[in-house]
Parts: sequence; structure tokens; C-alpha cells
Amino acid sequence: MASDPAVPRTPSASRRRRGARSLSGRDRIVLTLMIGIPLVVDLAFVWFPALASVLLSFTKWNGIGGIDSIKWVGTTNYHQAATIYTPFWPAVRHNFIWLAVFLLLATPLGILFAVALDRNLRGSRVYQSILFLPVMLSLALIGIIWEFMYSQNYGLVNTLLQRNGQNNAINWLGDPHLNLWAVLVEASWRQAGYVMVLYLAGLKSFDPSLREAARVDGANAWQTFWRVVFPVLRPINVVIVVVTVIESLRAFDLVYITNGGSNGLELLSVLVTKNIVGERTSIGFGSALGVVLLVISLVPIVIFLVQQFRHQEQQ
Amino acid sequence: MSALPSPAHIPPDPPGPRLSEPRPSEAPGPAPHLRPRRHWGSHLFLAVAAVLWITPVLWAFFLSLRPLAETNKYGYLSRPRSLTLDNFRDAWTQADLPHYFLNSIIITVPAVLVTLFAAACVAFGLARLGRRLNLFLLILFTAGNLLPQQVIITPLYRIYLSVHLPTWLSDSGLLYDSTLGLVVINVSFQLGFCVFVLSNYMRTIPVEITEAALIDGASLWTRFWRLTLPLCRPALAALATLLTIWIYNDFFWAIALMSTGSKRPITSALANLQGQFFVNDNLLAAGALLTAIPTLVVFVLLQKQFISGLALGATKG
Repeated sequence: MASDPAVPRTPSASRRRRGARSLSGRDRIVLTLMIGIPLVVDLAFVWFPALASVLLSFTKWNGIGGIDSIKWVGTTNYHQAATIYTPFWPAVRHNFIWLAVFLLLATPLGILFAVALDRNLRGSRVYQSILFLPVMLSLALIGIIWEFMYSQNYGLVNTLLQRNGQNNAINWLGDPHLNLWAVLVEASWRQAGYVMVLYLAGLKSFDPSLREAARVDGANAWQTFWRVVFPVLRPINVVIVVVTVIESLRAFDLVYITNGGSNGLELLSVLVTKNIVGERTSIGFGSALGVVLLVISLVPIVIFLVQQFRHQEQQ
Repeated sequence: MSALPSPAHIPPDPPGPRLSEPRPSEAPGPAPHLRPRRHWGSHLFLAVAAVLWITPVLWAFFLSLRPLAETNKYGYLSRPRSLTLDNFRDAWTQADLPHYFLNSIIITVPAVLVTLFAAACVAFGLARLGRRLNLFLLILFTAGNLLPQQVIITPLYRIYLSVHLPTWLSDSGLLYDSTLGLVVINVSFQLGFCVFVLSNYMRTIPVEITEAALIDGASLWTRFWRLTLPLCRPALAALATLLTIWIYNDFFWAIALMSTGSKRPITSALANLQGQFFVNDNLLAAGALLTAIPTLVVFVLLQKQFISGLALGATKG
């Protein structure tokens, strides 16, 4: 039952040696249950639907008839989405704008916050708490809080701009040319704090002697960051890019609470959701939209997995 | 293996070199020109950002404290003549907020506990499997958590409609539109992240501890329950905080998988309450801010735990 304790081993080696073979019968049953039950749940409620999405996207099914009423239609759903479904391309465009704003503005801003906070200035704690607060609020609440900022006649933004009159008021959330940008301000308000915390964690694990060395060599703060800190923090940089991309694909709550995700705020996630609960339930079509989202999201997911598990494979 | 970022979750005796020694607060400069500069730029930047960042919250709070009659008369950006908590009281009773808080609790609490328990089981178990199988399953769990929810919602919705349950488990008779259904999807979806974090964390526990237990002939379960789990307490605490907020803040699952408005947890109920009960903005501000109570409790008391939970996921133990 017990493996030989006299042989000294490295953790990974012992783990390999101490495989399921060295377990007693009862232990083996326990082990199977410990992994098996959560695995079945994960497969049933995450992976099976993901796979089913892909299969259903090539079919036609209104969901009323049984499974035998599912008809294979090839790529018709994708074709329809790209040609006759008018909200599709705006939604794709909005998702990419969302991603671009996150990558180019919100995320760099969060990194900047982290770098500034990492200098341990007096009051850092307070700054950090304030910048972090939005991360903890639900996106639904964030949407509502910002409605008061953007409101046409009494909102703080219009009041300060003196554009809150009856005739000259800016309709931040109602104007389809403006509302995406207005909502992106809300989203960035949260995203910057999120990135800040992740990056701070990376900076805290950064070996301070490297920074000292750079300083002794005469590098200024800017050079030290770009030439020393940033390259060493490559793993956390990857995590942050992945988080940024996934968060922009998942974007849903803010536009939904603002206007249901319409009139300039269409996103792929909203279109998928409208297709399951709305009046036009076409499961194949909704799945096809989900698959578009899946294909895009596979890029960051694969990048993340490669980075996280490459070393383990080498062990 | 990079070190864990905050003292809250440094394992008892991490093997290998540790990168983050307790950090000297700006090392004493050997020569005058190496002394830390005053960083006025950073100060200014952070101060301006902090003011901008807190403004929306303070503005909503300001609105919620003002009587409707007064803001109607003088406008919102005006000197407050009187401040009152009446809006909070009205929002609390008129919209029956306690009812929705209860809905949130009966979903969040079981979901957090089950997720943590299941994830700990998996993380512990995986380490006992062969290397390839271990890696494969770890990737399976981790990747599942990264998918956008909408990728799986269409088939999931159908599954939820087709799973029939006895009424003592679900008053709708289905997995759809039931509290149990929301617990199940929250558990399934958060499982991957927790497995990932706990698996990394358990790897930092010195193997000698379990070896010693093996000699004593302790069963697998005893080793898990008595040894590994207590050693994971810091990570579990951080994850529990994180999960509580995440699941409490969930909006999408409840919107998509629960049709009865009165059964929805408070975060998604906000969408309906917005127009229905919170008839004016002062009341809406108060009601919306009330939903942040659990968040604020965590923010004030457990912020460190929350942040270290996020950090655990990002920096990979």
C-alpha cells in the first residue's frame, strides 16, 4: 500500500511513481469518485453544450419537435447570418471595437495604474481601493450607476458640459453613434481596475534586485520598465491579454441593462441570447452565432493553455 | 514556479526558490543620486484617476440621499437642502429587496461551497493520476472556464428544458427556471478556474507531508481531508471570497435560465426592478446601491482575500 519511503525523490518524480497503481482498492474507488463526479458535471454542462453548439449550428430545429425533427442544413445558418441577418455585422464590428478599446486603452491604463501603485507612494492603499472598487460591483449595477452620469437632462456629464438643456442635450446612451463609446467608458472603468490588480500581483513577484541592478547601471524608470520588468513579466502579460480578449467577447451585461443590446449596442453575445429566449427561436441559427463566438475565443484560450501548461509538459 | 504574491497565501514551506521575499520598501540608496525620487508625476496621475474613478459612485450615492421633491425643484447638481435615507427605506420595502437577497443567498452559498469542495477533490485527485491524464483533465477543466457563456447557452437552454425534476427539488418541475439549475450552472462554470488554482497551489505543498502520512497508512480520503485541505486554507479562503462575489454578481445565467422574475437573484432582478418599482432615479440609485451591500462588506473586510484570489489565478502559484 505505501510506497517505499526510503527513496528520496523530487515531487514530480514521486507523483509519477505514486500513480493510481499504488493505491488500495478502496482508495481507488474514492479517487474515481473525487474526479469522476465533478468531471461528469463539467462535461455535461460545459463541454457537451459547447460540442452540441457546433453540431446544431449545421442544422435546423425549432425546438418544438423532438430530436428527430432536427434537419441537417449544412452551412445555411452561417450563410444567413452573414447575408440576411442585419444585426450580425454590426455586432461583429462592435465586438472588435470593444476588444480594440480594451487592448489599446483600458488594459494599458490598468498597467499604468499598477506601475504607479507599485512605487509604494504614500496613500497607495487608498488609490488602489478606489481604482479597484468597480471590479467588485456587478456589471448590472455599473450600468445603472452610469445611467445617472449620462442622463440627458440631469446627468453629471451633460451638466458639466452645459449640454443639459431641452435642445442641446447629448443623448449619450440613446444615440446609436455615441452609445457604444459611452458604454465602453463604463466597461473600461471596470477593466482598468481588473488589469491593475492582476498586474500588481505580477509586479509584487518581481525580483527587486533586478530593478536595483538596472538602476545601478544607470537606467531610468522608463528604461527599467520596458527593458527589464516588462520582459520578465511575460507570463502575466499573456494572462492579461487573454483576460482582455475573453472579457471583451463575454461583454453582455452592460449593454443588456442599458437598452437590451439594441440600437447601436448589438454584440454577438446579445444576438445569441435573443435567439434562445426571443420569439424567433431557431436553435441552429443561435448555435451558429455561438460558434462564431467560440471560434474567436479559441485563439486566446489556446494561447493561455500553451503558456500555462507548456512547462508542466516538460517536467 | 513563480512565488505567490501576497503573504495571505504563502504556503507553509514552499519548495524551490522564492522570488518574492518580503519586499524592502524602496531599498535604502547607497548613494544620494540613487535615493527614491518623490514621484510627483505618479502621485498626480493616481490622484486624478482616483477622483475620476470614485465620481460615478459618489454621484449615485448623492442622488440616493436626496428627496425627490428637492431634486425636481432645484435639479440634481445643486446644493443639498436636506439629505435623507428615505429612498433606501422605500426601495427596500417597495421592491421587496429582502426577498431577492434571499434568492441570491440560496443560490450563492451552496454554489460556492460545492464548487470549492468539488474543485479541491479534483485538484487533489488529478495529482495522483498519470502525468498525461493529469495534464489532459487539467486542460479540460481550465479551458471550459474560459469559454464565453454564450457559446454554450443555446444547447444548455434546451438541456435545462428537457431535464425533469421532482417538485421538491425544483418548483418548476424542470432544471430550467429553478434555483437548483442556477446552482448547477454556476458550479459547473466556476469549477475549472478553481481546479486550476487549487491544482497549482497544491503543487507547492511539500510532498514530504503526504509521504509521512503514507507511512502511517492513512487512506487517500484521510490524506485529502486531514492534510491537504487544511494546508490549502489560504487559497480556499481567497477563492471563496472571489466566488461569492462572482456568483452574487452573475447576471447572465439568471437572465437566460430563469424566467420567473420573482425567483431571480438580486443582481439580475435589477433589470426588471429598474422600470417597475424604482419609478424615479433617486429611488433607483438607492435600490441599486443596496444591491452592493455584500460587495461592500467584502470590499471593506476581505479585499485582500479577493485580490489574492485573482492573483492566484493570474500568477500561477
